[in-house]
Amino acid sequence: MLTLTLEQQSWAHRVPVGWKLLVLLLATLVLFPVDHILWLGLSLVAAAILYGSLGLTAMRAGVAMLKPIVLFCAIILAFHVLTGRTGLGFVVVLKILVLVGLANFVTMTSRLDDMMAVVMRLLRPLERLGVNTKAIALAFALVIRFTPVLTSKGTALMEAWRARSPKRAGWWVVIPLVLLALDDADHVADALRARGGLN
Amino acid sequence: MERNIVYIALFAALIAALGLLPKFTLGSGIPITAQSLGIMLCGTVLGAKRGALAVLLFLGLAALGLPLLAGGRGGLGVFTTPWAGFLFGFPVAAFVAGLEVEKWHGGPLGLVAGVAAVVGGIGALYLIAIPYYMAMAGAGLGDALVVAMAPFMPGDLIKAVLAGVVTHAIWKARPDAVLARS
Repeated sequence: MLTLTLEQQSWAHRVPVGWKLLVLLLATLVLFPVDHILWLGLSLVAAAILYGSLGLTAMRAGVAMLKPIVLFCAIILAFHVLTGRTGLGFVVVLKILVLVGLANFVTMTSRLDDMMAVVMRLLRPLERLGVNTKAIALAFALVIRFTPVLTSKGTALMEAWRARSPKRAGWWVVIPLVLLALDDADHVADALRARGGLN
Repeated sequence: MERNIVYIALFAALIAALGLLPKFTLGSGIPITAQSLGIMLCGTVLGAKRGALAVLLFLGLAALGLPLLAGGRGGLGVFTTPWAGFLFGFPVAAFVAGLEVEKWHGGPLGLVAGVAAVVGGIGALYLIAIPYYMAMAGAGLGDALVVAMAPFMPGDLIKAVLAGVVTHAIWKARPDAVLARS
């Protein structure tokens, strides 16, 4: 399955993921209470410079990742303009763009396995409370493996539907899809137990 | 133990698959995405605790950078928007829906699951999402209801009904799999 990480090398890819997450957290906490349009505008420029330092492909990918929220931002802005609070509308929308842009920047420059390593390190203290962190790691791996499997099974069901009907598949395709997922789950659970289980 | 982990993981994958598949049509051709139906099913089929864990697993992988949310979105950025309250509300929604199916043994499962999906997947979800939106976007209650609630409400009501029907169908085909009732 494709991840959202950029397939290139850059200075930002080489920064350890833990540091990037820490800086992102601090930046979000500092920027959140800011209500001055000038500071928010400057931070948007700073975020754009960050993306710019990665090159043109990264800038295009960054804009593409912001696209889904642009419509919502437009609605918020329109709403504020209509109710006579244009200034507040710009503050809110700028803040959304900066915070989402910075978070996306970390996602785009961090590999999934490095992220996972940070998560597992953060979970380690839970082991003392009796939480089986190996089971959590296994669960992550299973989701990564089975999302494409279930998506392709769902696609096959919808194609079978299309072969018999001129219309698009109806919602009840969900029922056989869930049953297929349950059967897969039983097989995987049996296979795990046959190989010695999780303990 | 193994069965619980695998069920949780496979339902997390199911939520993702439901969001990534092309839209289904409803009756006369209204297209819907089924991701929030997946959230409701986690609760009504797996029960409170396992359902909430499945949703948390799904959100965790989306946060780590997998494009699992409907329309192929994902990454840390989706958690810093004012609408992220819906995401933070998802595990609670599954938990509340699951709790209701576990505790309410009176009626037929389809009806119980449908009502549970309304209470959890709509009631609990919006109780978190709307105040979160108000705090993050600096909006009043009226703004929040118009921008963040009204557009999604009709679809969510339909999906709650579907969650009841689907849960009942699963229970008829694989009674053992409805962990909320075992």
